[in-house]
Order: sequence, then C-alpha cells, then structure tokens
Amino acid sequence: MTRDSKPDLLKVEGLKAYYQMNYYGVEREVRAVDGISMNIKRGEVYGIAGESSSGKTSFIKVLAAAIRPPLKVVEGTVKYEFKNGPIEVTTASKAQVEDVRWKHLSYIMQGSMSVLNPVRRIGRTFKDFAQRPLGLTGAAFEARVVSHLARLKLPPEVLKAYPHELSGGMRQRVTIGLATVCHPEFIIADEPTTALDVVVQKEVLSLIRDIQKEMDSSVVFVTHDMSVHANIADRVGIIYAGRLVEEGPTRQMFFTPRHPYTAHLVASLPRIGDTTQRPALEGRPPNLADPPQGCRFHPRCPLAVDKCRQEVPPLETVDVDHRTACWRWQDVKPLVGSAHPAGVMA
Amino acid sequence: MTTLLDVRNVSKHFTMGGIFGRKTVNAVMDASFSLSAEKPEIFTIIGESGSGKTTLARMVLGLEDPSEGEILFQGQKVSRHASKAERLAFMSKVQPVFQNPFEAFNPLKKIERYLESTARQFLHTKDRAAIDRVMDEALQKVGLSLKEVRGRFPHEMSGGQLQRCAIARALIPNPPLLITDEPVSMVDASLRMSIVNLLKSLRDDLKVSVIYITHDLATAYYISNRLIIMQRGRIVEMGDARTVLDNPQHPYSKLLKASVLSTDDAGAGKLATDPGMVQAANGLVGEAGKLVMRPDGREVRVYG
Repeated sequence: MTRDSKPDLLKVEGLKAYYQMNYYGVEREVRAVDGISMNIKRGEVYGIAGESSSGKTSFIKVLAAAIRPPLKVVEGTVKYEFKNGPIEVTTASKAQVEDVRWKHLSYIMQGSMSVLNPVRRIGRTFKDFAQRPLGLTGAAFEARVVSHLARLKLPPEVLKAYPHELSGGMRQRVTIGLATVCHPEFIIADEPTTALDVVVQKEVLSLIRDIQKEMDSSVVFVTHDMSVHANIADRVGIIYAGRLVEEGPTRQMFFTPRHPYTAHLVASLPRIGDTTQRPALEGRPPNLADPPQGCRFHPRCPLAVDKCRQEVPPLETVDVDHRTACWRWQDVKPLVGSAHPAGVMA
Repeated sequence: MTTLLDVRNVSKHFTMGGIFGRKTVNAVMDASFSLSAEKPEIFTIIGESGSGKTTLARMVLGLEDPSEGEILFQGQKVSRHASKAERLAFMSKVQPVFQNPFEAFNPLKKIERYLESTARQFLHTKDRAAIDRVMDEALQKVGLSLKEVRGRFPHEMSGGQLQRCAIARALIPNPPLLITDEPVSMVDASLRMSIVNLLKSLRDDLKVSVIYITHDLATAYYISNRLIIMQRGRIVEMGDARTVLDNPQHPYSKLLKASVLSTDDAGAGKLATDPGMVQAANGLVGEAGKLVMRPDGREVRVYG
C-alpha cells in the first residue's frame, strides 16, 4: 500500500473527551470519547463507523476543534501537521483555530437544509464562509467560486438561488463546495449522504472522492452505513461506546474482520440476490454515563467470556495496519450466511 | 379472491404558486395496483425522493384526496371527507408507521401515553386492565413488553426500540394493513435488520399486509413479495420483487440497481456510474408510455 510513503497529517493520542455537567450540585459525567488513539495520513480517506450514541460525533467535534462546554477534553492530544505549521487543537487559542479553519481544516455537515441559511442566497453564504480565509474580494472572489462550482458540476446560477430552490442533491453539492472552496488539507464529512437516495448518493460520493484526490486532502468520513465505507474509504475504524474497537484497511475489515462487532455490522448488510435470514444485533448501545465493566461490547457479544466482563482489551496489532481490541479476536469468524463472500471464504 | 386494497387509476396534482405563474405538479400519475385480502404480503414502493411514493401512501391513508381515480379499501371508498365514525373505523384497519421515531413521539410524554390513547380510541373502553392487556399484547408482538416500556420517555430508548414501539402502537387495533414510510432510513445499520425482520414476521405470523415505502433496494429485495418502482409520479415497473430486481428491464430500474453500493469489492473505490445509463433513465421523464405485461408476469412501461 502507498500508505506508508505518506506522512501523518493527524495524530490523536489517548484522547478522552467527557461531557461534564453540574446541575444543582449533582455531577454527571458522560464519557463520550474514552481513550482513542489513531493516525491519519495525508491523502487518505478514513471511514469512521459506529451507531448513534457511540461517541462518534463527539469525537469529530474534537477533531474539528469545536470543543465547547459541557464537552471537555480531559486527557490526550490531537495534533495536525499542516503545511503552515503544526497545531494542537486541544490547547490552541481561539485565534490559532480561526487561522486554520476552512483553509486547512474543513467540515461537510449533515443535513444540507439546516446548514444553509434559508433567507440568504447561496452566493451570500459563500461570501460569509470563504471570503475571509481566501482573502479575495469582488470579481476575483466570484471567479474563484464559479470555477469551483463548475468542478462540482453546478451552474453559476446557483449563487443567485435560495436553498429551497435547489434539489437535495444540489444542496449537498453546495455544502461540499463550501467546505472545499479553500482547498483544505483535512476534511471532516459527517454523514453527508444519509438523507439522499441511492442514485444521488453515489453521485455525491464519487464527487467527494474526486475532489479529495485532486487536492490530495485527507478525509474523515463518518457514517453508520457500511456499504458506503466499502466504496469510499481506504481504512475504516469502528467506534463502539466511546472506544476504537477495530481499525484496518477497508478490504480486510470486510473480508477478515477481527472484532465481533465489525463481523456483525458486515453480516447484517442485506444484499440483492440473497434472501437468507439476516441476524439482527440484540440489545442497545451502552449508556455512556455508566458504561459496562471490561470490554464494553460484552453484553451483546456472542463470544463473551469471563475475562471480557472484567478486563478491558487493549488495541493490538493483528496484521499490517490492522488493530483490534478483543480478547478473542482469533475466534472471530465472518458470520455464516453473511452479506459478503467472506462468509464463504471462512 | 377478495381485494383488501384497490387503487384504481389514481392521480394527484398539486398547484403551486399564486394567481400569476401558477404551476401544476403531477405528484402521482395514473397509478393502479391491488392487494389481496387472503394472502398477506409485503408490497414495496421504491423510488427516488420526489417520485410520489409518499403522496401515494398519504392517499391510501386517506390524508389526501386523489385528483383522479379512486381508492377502495375492503370495497369502501377512501375519502378525506368521511364522517368521524367512518374515519375511525377506517383508521382501525389501516395504520401508519413513520420515518423518524424520534419525531413521531412527543419527547415530553411517556411512551405508554401514546400507546394508551390509541388503545382507548379504538377499544372504546376506560377499563385500565383491558387497556394494559392490549398494550402488552401489541408490545409482545414486536418483541418488547409493557414492563420494559412503562414509565420510560422516548430518549431512554434506542432508535430501534422506539421504532418498534411505533409499530406496536400501529398494531393495537389489529389492522389488516400497515403503511410504513421509510421505517428504517433513520435507524442505525445494526438495528435496521431487527425492524426489517419484524415486518417479515408480522406478515408471516400475524398475517398483516404491509406497504413498505423505501429507496433501499437491498432491504426491499430481502423482504418484499411484490414491488413497484416509481419515477417522477409514474409507475415504471411492477411485479414480483425477485423477478424485477434480479433483472430490471426499465432504464430507470436498471439505474437504481446499478447505484446500489456493493460490498463485493470493498476497498476498490469503484464509484463511477455509467453516464449512458443516467441519460437513458432521465430521457424518459415526462413521456407517458404505457405499462405492458411481460411473459414473466411483470409490467414494464414502454414508450413510443
């Protein structure tokens, strides 16, 4: 893989971010991110999967340097190596963060309708977002935006339109345009295609992929839909209850998963041409204010033994670039009858 | 064979804009299908956003009157202007389940309140024990119990559990027909299968017919008996789910199938769609054509 030849752009080490609340003298702590370490290379698409309330949104909030109370970074470091110098977002001042935002570190948000201001024309929104970081004014700025929109296959007329006049797919392309107009080095995409139908979804995904390749940016792509990861990510990391439970190259994650949760996620994907009964994972994600002891997946895990109930499994390397946090990773088999050829291979 | 639901040549137009610059949007054009009363099935409506699938469902639910054509449920015309008693009788037989369970429930009320009011409405009783029994029965059907749900607020449940509660509520009057509008699109992938499997068991064990509206072809293939594919208000292909999805005939159906993200070559990064396919599908928008029966039992819209 070409992964090794490129330098790390992002280094996360032992990150712990908790929601700390204190209402009327009652203290409450929700451990949304509980000890995550990972590196992301330049020019890489890293997929993050996890169900709702697994802490993935809190994690990317920290990555995006949008740490506001009650969310607090308790421990660990998040360090970017941008071209204009390194930045440590957990300790950076507001001015430092403002300096890299949009220009180096950018964010494609979920729900294009609620991101775009409904009473402003798209052109005005572009001005609000990009004029200052780009440092251009008037015609030069307009030309830059129009040429960027052309790359996204959007006509210049959209600048005159209001958000409600555009279709869902076009709006999503506009938000991608906003996030990429300054040619950022690092893009965080939070479920950018969840609300779109299959045809438009594929279009938007290939657009993100093309833009990323062209600018050689890194992308962190967050979604719970594993079939999206299969097609866009170079590496996939699975977050469960605030911890990274497995990460590895996309192909290995699908064909030889080493964590029972990943194996389940892959197996539960339905597929055209196959009507065998799919297993559904019982139970619910743990409450992060009071997570279970030991491995946090053990109450729902078919492989759980006593050790899993008491001791937290470390993230061990099982293959090149492939790490998993499971005491019994050697016993993890792709589930039989899975949505995937892996079921046959095993 | 008696029909449960008969949709006959139904169209729906919406008028947009004021006196000047008035525009008509044809949300649904000439849709016909019927469901049999004897053989419960999962009938799927597939289409992109704006294809008219939700409008069709709203008409079946009697929330919207068709501009042309009529909808008969058990021989009775579905109408928005029925009397309250008729409307209640109809509602006890056709029940909806909506897309986002977090929006369907009032966050300030306990979940049981929602179930309770449905039970009271349709059982015409104030007897607490009877209401509790009905609620528990309905929750048992979806794999929950009143003991688990009692006293809990929507935020205390996971999305999958909440969607199951919504289905349990719909099951309280024992309806022969459920209409589910994208019931899994807001639910996590890992919980999606539990909802889809539940719909399947409702059909197989409780003999409930389900109209399943979705844009997800994979789950449609997995559970449905028959399906229709809609493009901009028109049905373009209709027939047995396996026959249609294994080998779609209409250009739009082909495009839909080609757009489903496959995990077969995970990591290969194949994302390109054949532009010829998109053109073929979009070129047909607005043309009337007509549905023609094929030898394998499906109907495909042909043009010219």
